[in-house]
Amino acid sequence: MIRRAGKIIIAAATLALGFAVDASATDAGDWEAVVAEAKGQTVYFNAWGGSDNINAYIRWAGGEMKARYDVDVVHVKLDDTAKAVATVVAEKAAGKNDDGAVDLIWINGENFAAMKREGLLFGPGWATRLPNWRYVDHETKPTVLRDFTIPTEGLESPWGGAKLVFFHDSARTPKVDLPDSAAGLLKWAEANPGRFSYPQPPDFTGTSFLKQVLVELIDDKAKLQRPVDVATFATDAAPLFAYLDRLTPLLWRQGKAYPQNYPDMKQKLADGELDIIFAFNPAEASSAIANGELPETVRSFVFSGGTLGNAHFLAIPYNATAKAGALLLADFLLSPEAQLRKQDPKVWGDPTVLSLAKLSPEDRSAFESLDLGIATLNPDELGPALDEPHPDWMTRIEAEWIRRYGAAN
Amino acid sequence: MGQRIRIKAPRAGSRALTADTLLALILGLPILAGLAGVILPAFGYLPALGGSGLKRDHFAELASQPHILRSSLTGLLAGLATTGAAVAIVGTFLAGFAGTPVFSRIQHLVSPLLAVPHAAAAFALAFLVAPSGFLVRLVSPELTGFTRPPQWLVPNDPLGLSMVAGLITKEVPFLFLIALAALPQLPLRQSRQLTAALGYGRLGGFLVSLWPALYRQIRLAVFAVLVYSVSVVDLAIILGPQLPATLPVRIAQWTADHDLGARFLASAAALLQLAIVLAAVVIWLLVERLGRFALARLTYSGRRLRNDAVPRFVSACAMAACAALIFLGIAILCIWSVAGLWPFPNDLPAELTPQTWLRTLPQLWPALQTTIALALAAAALALLSAILLLHHNGASGRGGNGPRYRLLYLPLLLPEISFVFGLQILIVSAGLKPAFASVLAVHFLFVLPYVLLSLSAPWRELDRRFENIAAGFGKPSLQILLTVRLPLLLRACLTAFAVGFSVSISLYLPTLLIGAGRLTTIATEAVALSSGGDRRVIGVYALVQASLPFLAFLIASLGPQLLFRNRRAMRT
Repeated sequence: MIRRAGKIIIAAATLALGFAVDASATDAGDWEAVVAEAKGQTVYFNAWGGSDNINAYIRWAGGEMKARYDVDVVHVKLDDTAKAVATVVAEKAAGKNDDGAVDLIWINGENFAAMKREGLLFGPGWATRLPNWRYVDHETKPTVLRDFTIPTEGLESPWGGAKLVFFHDSARTPKVDLPDSAAGLLKWAEANPGRFSYPQPPDFTGTSFLKQVLVELIDDKAKLQRPVDVATFATDAAPLFAYLDRLTPLLWRQGKAYPQNYPDMKQKLADGELDIIFAFNPAEASSAIANGELPETVRSFVFSGGTLGNAHFLAIPYNATAKAGALLLADFLLSPEAQLRKQDPKVWGDPTVLSLAKLSPEDRSAFESLDLGIATLNPDELGPALDEPHPDWMTRIEAEWIRRYGAAN
Repeated sequence: MGQRIRIKAPRAGSRALTADTLLALILGLPILAGLAGVILPAFGYLPALGGSGLKRDHFAELASQPHILRSSLTGLLAGLATTGAAVAIVGTFLAGFAGTPVFSRIQHLVSPLLAVPHAAAAFALAFLVAPSGFLVRLVSPELTGFTRPPQWLVPNDPLGLSMVAGLITKEVPFLFLIALAALPQLPLRQSRQLTAALGYGRLGGFLVSLWPALYRQIRLAVFAVLVYSVSVVDLAIILGPQLPATLPVRIAQWTADHDLGARFLASAAALLQLAIVLAAVVIWLLVERLGRFALARLTYSGRRLRNDAVPRFVSACAMAACAALIFLGIAILCIWSVAGLWPFPNDLPAELTPQTWLRTLPQLWPALQTTIALALAAAALALLSAILLLHHNGASGRGGNGPRYRLLYLPLLLPEISFVFGLQILIVSAGLKPAFASVLAVHFLFVLPYVLLSLSAPWRELDRRFENIAAGFGKPSLQILLTVRLPLLLRACLTAFAVGFSVSISLYLPTLLIGAGRLTTIATEAVALSSGGDRRVIGVYALVQASLPFLAFLIASLGPQLLFRNRRAMRT
């Protein structure tokens, strides 16, 4: 044991000196070799496992991978993507630069930024060399190339799009009363105290709401594309916190408790505790209605000035065991067939990252004839997409939020 | 005869020493190494993240975290309150009812509660007491006039009362079961007769005559409850205060932080948590002294406490309430698992559908197989080790009190979150692939202390004269163990096995971290899903997870009844 402990320290010290060796020769450019190498591999796909329909979709993809390429896919269900990051960190700390436990991660935002910064990712450039990259809409959807303003540099392959969308129960809250901006939402909360809330930061959906307000209220939006300027942060964020100071006493439980996450908000909408909730997937409401989780009277709306939009991705750790299998899976998930199935609200309802114009006529018409569901807005009704701020903003605002509102009781 | 013993004793002692040392090393080392894996980063040493020097910055950073004092104190006080209340309820109930028909009825009610996983119990409780929950629905809008849920801050109240309530409902059955295993070794009937003859009430008589001996036997379990409640994570997330959350919850958040640098902070906080646990233990030791002093005063005062109907009634109610809350909660999770839309203030869902079960069961099957295999193997290994260990130590007549031996209880007496992350680094660096074997090893680490805990008291208290007689017939010690001691202790062994089995079933953090997520069990699946909050799916998983240990306990309590149906004294 002691000798082993010595080994850890030596290995760790080696790493500290900056030797992170990419031992793999797997190259997305030589696709035939990738397919051949992947045969018989097992891909450990680390993805958030909190949603039944997403899990079912991943299971379907796994079945297809087995049938077509003889690749086994094991869905490692996480409650937080950071756990997969933690695994890779622990492996790196232990000097395990090959045969890592994680082959593919469902990732975006700060998890990606952190892994990229620490050099924990395989690549760069593999994502743009995947065969199905040619269908990706990187012209009108800049979010597939810049993940929360961080250039992806082909370190991660886009999987789906996301857009902040609000839901309400039309049986309780008539459409005419609905807010059309963050300022309007505050007015609405004054008239309906206790019926709005957001998941407690650092929950991803909750911080997204803070960002939405920040983007709407900050004097110069261009500042958000750069890391935070420490000198001006207080004044830059002042409008956001003035807004929250007014909103907090009007929140559910007067802001003394918050929903845990989006599904918790969804439950609270059904329970009648909340009247307006929001999600990052425009199809959430329709699929929840189909599952009997929300009443059929629930509808979607957005702010006409725009709401946040982003994309989510697939990345491969630098020490993944089955890199070829992971590449193959990432490519399959990007295929028109898999993307079509993913966008079907009966399956998952996650918006595609592909450009319909680049697809074959059959695929295009298949996408166009998808029934998006009763509560889902059409793509042209979704309004403009606001850019995600640099991840630095999120970190700062989270910390400031906890300082200000973290002991509300 | 006397000479023979004197010659044999040292030999037996030295053999026991090697066996103990070996086992203590096997179990203690990973824990100490895991601790090192937390202590080093706490002082800034984690080369993979560029920390190579030793410094105290991270403690300064920890101190500057908002509301850290309050987070620490809430957890500490909630843990102490839980432990105090659980001991009081179990103690009073045993004192008032041990040996009566009410007792055996409640005993059968309470035992299966242990099997209900904490997270599931917390969800059940949360749905019961929430303003949009079942209890309010039952009386709304008829009695309350609520057509919309009221804005009450329950659960997640700032004082952590709902968390304490949740913990008590879970810890009372645990303490009760441990006490139950120890009870047959006490001269219950004789003491009852004696104290009654002296004019004591049931409570007073039990307190004066039996409580000190009983408490000594359940003491380690009490400390385990204390440590667990002070450092609980999953239940605290669901029921505990949120603004700020208790320290263990915040540590869990920091270890999962996207900013990898937060791991240093988390390590420092894990050390703070260790200090808090230590403080809790010290406070509890003081409470014990006070209790001992008070009991001595009571004994010497000679007061008979004949009017104890009220405390007895209250303790029976508290016991029954623990059972009722969890059973009602589980029943409601059952309904959720087949519910369609179920809006407020409807008492029952508008429609029932098997959809959730049909969708969930096929995915659940592989995880279920892994779970059962792990739990059976870990519990069997742990029971075997515990028997061997106690058998070797048994020669000294005071098994389980050596300092090395205490190391085995470390997993129980250390907050999980303080060393599992360090352990993960160790296992990976030892070149072990995350696999069944390494996860089994970690489960063994956590299961053994519980098994030992539940087995050692009855083991020590078994009347040695049975074995002395067998030894007098010249039987070798192994044969005595197999033919005399183990059959006499069958019930205790089965209970210990069931305890180990259910501990393994409920292990989340170790399974996830050491298995690197590759080994999915019902526990990892359930917690992953509970972050998605769908009560229907949570219902399915909670029912499956609860039914497994329930089966184990059923076998543990029915086994002796069937095997010894013609031996009355051995059925209890």
